[in-house]
Amino acid sequence: MSNITTHEPQSDSAIFLHGVGVLYRIPHDPIKTFKEYVIRAVQGRIKHHSFWALKDIHLDLKRGEIFGIIGRNGAGKSTLLKVISRVLIPTEGRVWIKGNVSPLLQLGAGFHPELTGFENIYLNASILGFSQKEIDEKVEEIIDFSEIGDFINVPLRTYSSGMRARLGFAVATAWKPDILLLDEVLAVGDVAFKDKCIDRMNLFRDQGSTVLVVSHSVDNIKETCHRAMWLDEGQIRLVGPAEEVGNAYQKDMKTRRQGKMRVNR
Amino acid sequence: MSELNIYDSAKRKHPAIEELTALFKYRDLIYQLVRRDLIARYKRSVLGVAWTMLNPLGIMIVMTIVFSQVFSRVESYPAYLITGLICWNMFTQSTSFAINSMVWGNKLLEQIYLPNTSFVVSTILSNMINFVLSLIPLFLIMFVTQVPVRWTVVLIPLAMILIGAFSLGFGLLISTLAVFFPDVAELYPVILRAWLYLTPIIVPVDILNNILNGWILRLNPMYYIIDVFRQLIYYGTIPSLTQWLIAIFAAFGTLVIGWIFFCNKSDKFAYYV
Repeated sequence: MSNITTHEPQSDSAIFLHGVGVLYRIPHDPIKTFKEYVIRAVQGRIKHHSFWALKDIHLDLKRGEIFGIIGRNGAGKSTLLKVISRVLIPTEGRVWIKGNVSPLLQLGAGFHPELTGFENIYLNASILGFSQKEIDEKVEEIIDFSEIGDFINVPLRTYSSGMRARLGFAVATAWKPDILLLDEVLAVGDVAFKDKCIDRMNLFRDQGSTVLVVSHSVDNIKETCHRAMWLDEGQIRLVGPAEEVGNAYQKDMKTRRQGKMRVNR
Repeated sequence: MSELNIYDSAKRKHPAIEELTALFKYRDLIYQLVRRDLIARYKRSVLGVAWTMLNPLGIMIVMTIVFSQVFSRVESYPAYLITGLICWNMFTQSTSFAINSMVWGNKLLEQIYLPNTSFVVSTILSNMINFVLSLIPLFLIMFVTQVPVRWTVVLIPLAMILIGAFSLGFGLLISTLAVFFPDVAELYPVILRAWLYLTPIIVPVDILNNILNGWILRLNPMYYIIDVFRQLIYYGTIPSLTQWLIAIFAAFGTLVIGWIFFCNKSDKFAYYV
């Protein structure tokens, strides 16, 4: 229940973060040109105003665990997901990840409008790190799942946004990930397709994937997650059973709201 | 379960080495990106791939009309021009695309982990394919202007690799700078324009050789590389060992420097892009 973790990942760990911090440096007045930069560097006038988007994050996530992250806007939730998906190398601390990470953050990454759906499956899947051979094995299944039908051989620019999203989702979830990152609730296509998506998520979970959920819906987190983390201004406010953390967060939000109302009055 | 990859930020190798292994692991992605570039570029134009050949031909014809009087002492000027021009096209197009792919083109690196060099490398490769295709108009012009084709042309793949390596190295350097200073992207076309006139592409070698006692050529890595290419095709001679060595050093030196510079900075890209 405490957020002090060991210094080494354990044998059943999936994600292990130790003392992770992300420092953004923002120049006081933004330097946009090279000339300005050189002049100021010579004068020693480059001053930065920096802030920690994340600070002292310790986390030891076990394999198969479903873990929720809650917090207000700008609390560092997305930054944390970026660190875990290796997009952002943290300024300090250690990141240890076991297995492949599937970030369901951006569906259809790298889709190209001039290529056909079929060609885009190969492009998108190779961006996700799969080899030609692996894609060959799954391509039929992806087409089936996406319900694109004959449109698969037509340039993507003719697709509706729902079709694109379905194709993106089908590619992203064709392989069972070891670690699944979910940002917000997936809004993909119609209700029937949404159910199919949720089924697939549940299947991964049952097959032992580690799932990390970021959501604004605290009730959702309390329902689906084992444990949760409450992030506040880049720091861990609380880690523990999802129910407990969710309740504490909701209580805090309530008092904040009341405080605000009193001020307004 | 034991075969799962482990990523550990505490046990990282040198970024330049790490990037090489990552790129090898993602080699299928490079193939897909090159394919995408080629398909996307030509799919909607009627003449398709033919543009790769028509473009240097067209520019060559315009330039010949404009400059052939001025530079009339150059023997078969159109052939001289087009040998330089296709090398130059390869270099400018691939490096300009490299900048675009890093600065505006790809929001992808912000969203998904990919080897950071993927886009620059695939851009260079797809331009290399165009470069090979542009040899067709080159030989056409040589045939028309009756420049003899000698056996030395079998060595041009070597010269083309040098141009590719130089373009990749320079593309990595300039796109790294462009990530941190967006101005570089605006400034680059201007620099290229100046560079074009200071390299023997349109202008004959001897004119440039008179500027600043020849230092303008001696300090220009592009001069050595294009010179090797041109000797093999246009003059039909074998460059001397020294000329080869300087060109190899210029090309691969730039590549190594560019690669290391890019990889050392690439951890910070996500903080800027």
